Amino acid sequence: MSSVATLHDAGIHGSHDVHHEHHHHETFITKYVFSQDHKMIAKQFLITGIIWAIIGGMFSVIFRLQLGYPDQTFPWLEDLLGHWAKGGKLHPEFYYALVTMHGTILVFFVLTAGLSGTFANFLIPLQIGARDMASPLLNCMSYWFFFLASIIMMSSLFVQTGPASGGWTIYPPLSALGDASQGSKIGMDLWLVSMAMFIVSSLLGGLNYITTILNMRTKGMSMTRLPLTIWALFFTAVLGVLSFPVLLSGAILLLFDRNLGTSFFLSDIVVAGKILPNEGGSAILFQHLFWFLGHPEVYIILLPAMGMSSEILSVNSRKPIFGYMAMVGSLFAITILAFLVWAHHMFVTGLNPFLGAVFVLLTLLIAVPSAIKVFNWLTTLWRGNIRFTPGMLFAIGFVSLFISGGLTGIFLGNSALDIHLHDTYFVVAHFHIVMGVASFFGMFAGVYHWFPKMFGRYLNNVMAYIHFWVTIIGAYLIFWPMHYQGLAGAPRRYYDWSNWESFKNFGGLNEFISLVAMIVFAVQLLFVFNFFYSIFKGRRVTDKNPWGANTLEWTTPIRPGHGNWAGEIPEVHRWPYDYSKDGKDFIPQDTPVGDDESKH
Amino acid sequence: MIFVIIFQISKTSEYVSVLKGEEKSRKQNNKINAFLMVIFLVLGLFGAWYCNELYYKKTLFPQGSASLEGKEIDSMLLITIAITGVVFVITQVLLFWFSFKYQEKEGKQAFYFPHNTKLELLWTTVPAIFLTVLVVFGLKFWFKITGDPPTGHHVVEITGSQFKWDMRYPGKDGVLGKVNFKKYNSPVGNTLGVDFEDDKSWDDIHSQEMHLPVDKPVKLVIHAMDVIHNVGLSHFRMKMDAVPGIPTTMWFTPTITTADMKKKTGNPNFVYEISCDQMCGKGHFSMRGVIIVETEAEYKKWLSEQTPEYFGFYPDKNPNKAAPDTAAKATVTTAALAP
Repeated sequence: MSSVATLHDAGIHGSHDVHHEHHHHETFITKYVFSQDHKMIAKQFLITGIIWAIIGGMFSVIFRLQLGYPDQTFPWLEDLLGHWAKGGKLHPEFYYALVTMHGTILVFFVLTAGLSGTFANFLIPLQIGARDMASPLLNCMSYWFFFLASIIMMSSLFVQTGPASGGWTIYPPLSALGDASQGSKIGMDLWLVSMAMFIVSSLLGGLNYITTILNMRTKGMSMTRLPLTIWALFFTAVLGVLSFPVLLSGAILLLFDRNLGTSFFLSDIVVAGKILPNEGGSAILFQHLFWFLGHPEVYIILLPAMGMSSEILSVNSRKPIFGYMAMVGSLFAITILAFLVWAHHMFVTGLNPFLGAVFVLLTLLIAVPSAIKVFNWLTTLWRGNIRFTPGMLFAIGFVSLFISGGLTGIFLGNSALDIHLHDTYFVVAHFHIVMGVASFFGMFAGVYHWFPKMFGRYLNNVMAYIHFWVTIIGAYLIFWPMHYQGLAGAPRRYYDWSNWESFKNFGGLNEFISLVAMIVFAVQLLFVFNFFYSIFKGRRVTDKNPWGANTLEWTTPIRPGHGNWAGEIPEVHRWPYDYSKDGKDFIPQDTPVGDDESKH
Repeated sequence: MIFVIIFQISKTSEYVSVLKGEEKSRKQNNKINAFLMVIFLVLGLFGAWYCNELYYKKTLFPQGSASLEGKEIDSMLLITIAITGVVFVITQVLLFWFSFKYQEKEGKQAFYFPHNTKLELLWTTVPAIFLTVLVVFGLKFWFKITGDPPTGHHVVEITGSQFKWDMRYPGKDGVLGKVNFKKYNSPVGNTLGVDFEDDKSWDDIHSQEMHLPVDKPVKLVIHAMDVIHNVGLSHFRMKMDAVPGIPTTMWFTPTITTADMKKKTGNPNFVYEISCDQMCGKGHFSMRGVIIVETEAEYKKWLSEQTPEYFGFYPDKNPNKAAPDTAAKATVTTAALAP
């Protein structure tokens, strides 16, 4: 290991001296824009992700207005959205565009790039003891491809026919035929091109993360001494690298079908009174390609949150994470299974029933490693000495949401029940809790926990507590009752239920949900304010290791320069979870093992 | 406004904590948050109960399944709710109770407890056993419902197109005529692309409503003209995609007539609705179809009142005009009356 680390040292300015930074000529452009410092790139991902989250969240507030108040008009909406909200009422076409963009933005731009991009970049070199990523240049390019993807996706909001509106899953033929939907015109091409750029970004990032973790660990940092954050980010990167290319191929084939007259996904179609010449394609094929990424994608979103929560729960319980090897093993099991369950999104497409049965089995198998994780988190809290830092609160919230949302997965993964519940609000409730809000909680936990390392300042605690409590209460108030809507059969992606005898009796509830959604969104703005305010005006960090944590990032200076450690990279002598061992509150990883120390 | 107030309070608290001593205020915050954990747990469990009080009656459980097969889905749902409900309550109680109970206390040290193989095996195997039970029940039903329909079933074809549903009944021969998307609109108005050169299609009936006789298994043959739709029958607990180019099927046995369901739910406007459950464009939310479940006699009566679609396009082929039976007699009488 040491030879690798040394080799890399030479790569970075050829110096161990952090003061070297100040002599090195860094312009604004190389320091803040095309930076190759993993910490700066992480911040770029985080801030871009926050901007996207505000946009994506705002979209949900706007379409919740339609669902909560279907009979009312809001003249300011017309001022804001022009002909998409004529007379202050959202146009159905644009409602669907908002729903689609909300999903796309939050799944990909916030919870993939914003989450993995931020924490993989920030934590991998710091926690494994490396001066930077294996390839800082690729890393920089990864961000700028993401930025390009962002610009293209953003521009699709301004085209005359509107952005993609066929749902974030963009199933053809709807997404392939401009005649079937306004959003399937130029907006859809932009969506596909943007996603192609996004995938490039994600692949560059992922390859870099894997390479760095495998090759650049500091002396003594064996794989079994890695913090669980790193394990989680490692498996996340593996998932991304192996599954995103499949979506890329799907996206390219769809571009061909749209623009070059091919028939990969099209067959036997009459649209807008026109008989299309396409024959022999399969619309279902696209769903296989999509979900081959789409399902691993939910774990790409979830695993980093799991890893960070594990770390934060352990640090703030002042206890080792319970069952470290089981935690790694369950992450591994989830990673493998994540590739083998994609068709559970397709139980009602006319899938071969035998194949369906295999997917049921594999899907419900995921509940086993998930259960292990939950019980291990609970045991980590048991007999701890818990400090409720904001990060800890969000980590506990993550576990709560993961349980709630995970259990409803047992319903949906069982194909027989899925027949009834598929594409109802039950599904909306399920994935928002387990993938959306839970991952957001993991992300918040990470931001609160590592903000001092990122910016050398603390976030304001009172705002953080308000943020946590309003968000967790609000999240449950929004999504818990949606299960009941689902059990009443209410289909998702409905603009208006008032013409349906079966689904129209949830008017009051929809209004309530919309109201809570607005409050929760406002509290997220409070967080954003806290974030930017604290970067400049937050309480200064005065202690190198403010949380009393064992991992290596807390051995760096309070504001580490490019290269992270001023002197030698510390050598690792133990796993990262020696908390409350032998009467000591914590024993950092770089502390040599004493002769009289008990074995764990 | 609220924002500014929160900000001011937050800043003030930071200054106060500096004055009071950071350690002291941190401990105070810790106590408050630990206490809130328990409050959240209690209110949360109460909230879950209250939500159930409010909305259980609006779910489909109280009215029960309108199909024989749906009853099995309902009982499976209830079993799954029971099992996951127990797990939910236990784990959430432990999570928030531990958080409260093991909050930081002066002079206390956490228990160094890195692993315990027995415990870990326990919570690997117990969930695995419960899941096996659920999988076995689930798959048993899954193979039943995706298998062949019982003998004596009848067939109805349903076709989705932006944004409506069309039904076809096979007529007296019991066989649906072929469809071919290239026949769309030839002759003009042939919206389903029925191939009228196939003589099996001549007695097929085209309807905007779906009529089903009660207690008789029905197999739906599902088509889509343009994009993917989904035949969602929540009252019957059934759902299947309609995919252009790839016909799908599903079957079920309606057990309660629409009239009986009106009485059962106490809702005079009750109607079985077909919802589109797959995003299909701007009118997705308005893609509504209606199913009327009626007695065998009512169904037969309705069926006999329908004219095959074929005769709509080719009125001169309608045997009712020239047929030997009634129409022929009519012709005879008219002829006799003629001067």
